[in-house]
Amino acid sequence: MEKGIEIRWHGRGGQGAKTAALLLADVAFQTGQYVQGFPEYGPERMGAPITAYNRISRNPIRVHSNIYEPDYVVVVDETLLHCVDVAAGIKRDGAIIINTPKSAEEVRPLLNGYTGRIFTVDARSISMKTLGQNFPNSPMLAAAVAVTGVMPRREFIADMKASYEHKFAKKPEVIEGNMKALSLAFDVVEKALEEEYKMAV
Amino acid sequence: MAVRERMSGNEAVAYAIRQVNPDVMPAFPITPSTEIPQMVAGYIANGEIDTEFIPVESEHSSMSAAIGAQAAGARSLTATSSAGLALMWEELLLAASNRLPLVLTLVNRTLSGPININCDHSDGMGARDTGWIQIYAENNQEAYDNFIQAYPIAEREGVHLPVMVCQDGFITSHAVENIELLEDEKVKNFVGEYTPEEFLLNPGKPIAVGPYAVSSYVMEAKKNQEIALENAKAVILDVAEKFAAVSGRRYGLFEEYRTQDADFIMLIIGSAAGTAKQAVDELREEGHKVGVLKLRVFRPFPAQEIAQALKHCKMAAVMDRCESYNGNGGPLGSEVTAGLFRYKVMIEAVNYIYGLAGRDFTVEDAKAVFDEMEHAIETGTPPEQYRYIGLRS
Repeated sequence: MEKGIEIRWHGRGGQGAKTAALLLADVAFQTGQYVQGFPEYGPERMGAPITAYNRISRNPIRVHSNIYEPDYVVVVDETLLHCVDVAAGIKRDGAIIINTPKSAEEVRPLLNGYTGRIFTVDARSISMKTLGQNFPNSPMLAAAVAVTGVMPRREFIADMKASYEHKFAKKPEVIEGNMKALSLAFDVVEKALEEEYKMAV
Repeated sequence: MAVRERMSGNEAVAYAIRQVNPDVMPAFPITPSTEIPQMVAGYIANGEIDTEFIPVESEHSSMSAAIGAQAAGARSLTATSSAGLALMWEELLLAASNRLPLVLTLVNRTLSGPININCDHSDGMGARDTGWIQIYAENNQEAYDNFIQAYPIAEREGVHLPVMVCQDGFITSHAVENIELLEDEKVKNFVGEYTPEEFLLNPGKPIAVGPYAVSSYVMEAKKNQEIALENAKAVILDVAEKFAAVSGRRYGLFEEYRTQDADFIMLIIGSAAGTAKQAVDELREEGHKVGVLKLRVFRPFPAQEIAQALKHCKMAAVMDRCESYNGNGGPLGSEVTAGLFRYKVMIEAVNYIYGLAGRDFTVEDAKAVFDEMEHAIETGTPPEQYRYIGLRS
């Protein structure tokens, strides 16, 4: 039976990594897939490292454990690279997506010998530019969707628009900024994927 | 048409509460069950249901208020976890012995100490002898389905007992997964109106609830309560059958997964059962004859049915997500082995303690348990009868 994909999120309490994982479950559900989105709780406090997970599959999901050999890893806070082994157990053909202004090759030395694919997205800058505040989870969610190919861009953007319109019904002024943040992050990943494709051919 | 949705286990139970629209819900918040009263309060504030919500100052009070409301003739419920359930201890016994069919949605969390917020079954298992019916769920779907079946079981003539509907803290309560919901009307029709026979606010037919009883009556009252719990078994199955007719989903006292020809069977409760089923599928592909028995109803305890289900296997692993500090094993281990002896099913059985306070239980862990069972039988070496897995070395 096809096992689907498994994603591990690393963030710090208060940054919205858990919310991003739950949103990813939401949008993947809209494509008719089976989904799981769940946080791993320690002592909850702002700034403490937290982990969240996604399973997305064409088949029903029964396993209720954490994910130790993820297909993809999303790092919402690059300072975690110094204290958490974010590459632990990642599959050889997987990818790590990191919120950082640096290039993939600049952060690779921090990944404990990891030799696979890396995508970097400056989610902080994108968020500051579009929302005026540092909410990195929206751009990182878009980057995760772009890298994993869970769903096509157009469908994702439409679903997120509906989701934000519901969530921010009382403050519609933030919807446009969030939508822009998603698009900008998608652009970054699509460009990197194009580069990757050119290198391959 | 069923409604395909995705939601967490807590959302699923709150959604079921909205559909049932009970009369009274007293509650005090405690992680990881807090979301349930929070969401119900939201439904009430939005005018979607007319449940009377009573914010109280402790779980001792929430259960007391639920008992009072139920005795008055109102369909009542509350929600809690861990230390909250421990604080209800005295009232749990009162709810059952006064034969009040109220419902408690329990989101399982470990008991102190060390203090910790994550899942194990020590809260529910600690309350196992309070006279409540206990039904455990593997996932959000089962938490939802079990809640809908709770009142029809509790209120049935010959039962009149409270029901505890349990799900695993965080693992299912906070995990968003796919779910199939029933339409509001279907749920309302299934659960029906509550028409108590005897209740306090019943002019012209006064009764006393919870009075002192002298020794010449107490033992008979306790025996009657025990008979009610035994009666519950058939009622749980009957309600499950009626539920299958409206939902298409079948439930029993337990679920047998690929056990028919299995030499090695794992008995397990709650969310870890799904993980164990995955291990069974993978081991079956390699030719191992393994299966899972997932216990749904822990009270009343289906000892005879379990013994029958294990009769033809060579060995069983009884998995406890709870330490009971009796120096002899966990609650499930003790009761299953007692049942095997009583019904003269002389198979090998090992009691494993796993997953305490949120310690993860993986497909690999489940496979290792099956592997140990196979090894014990192949080599004829009797395994340690009571042991921990997943401990750090």
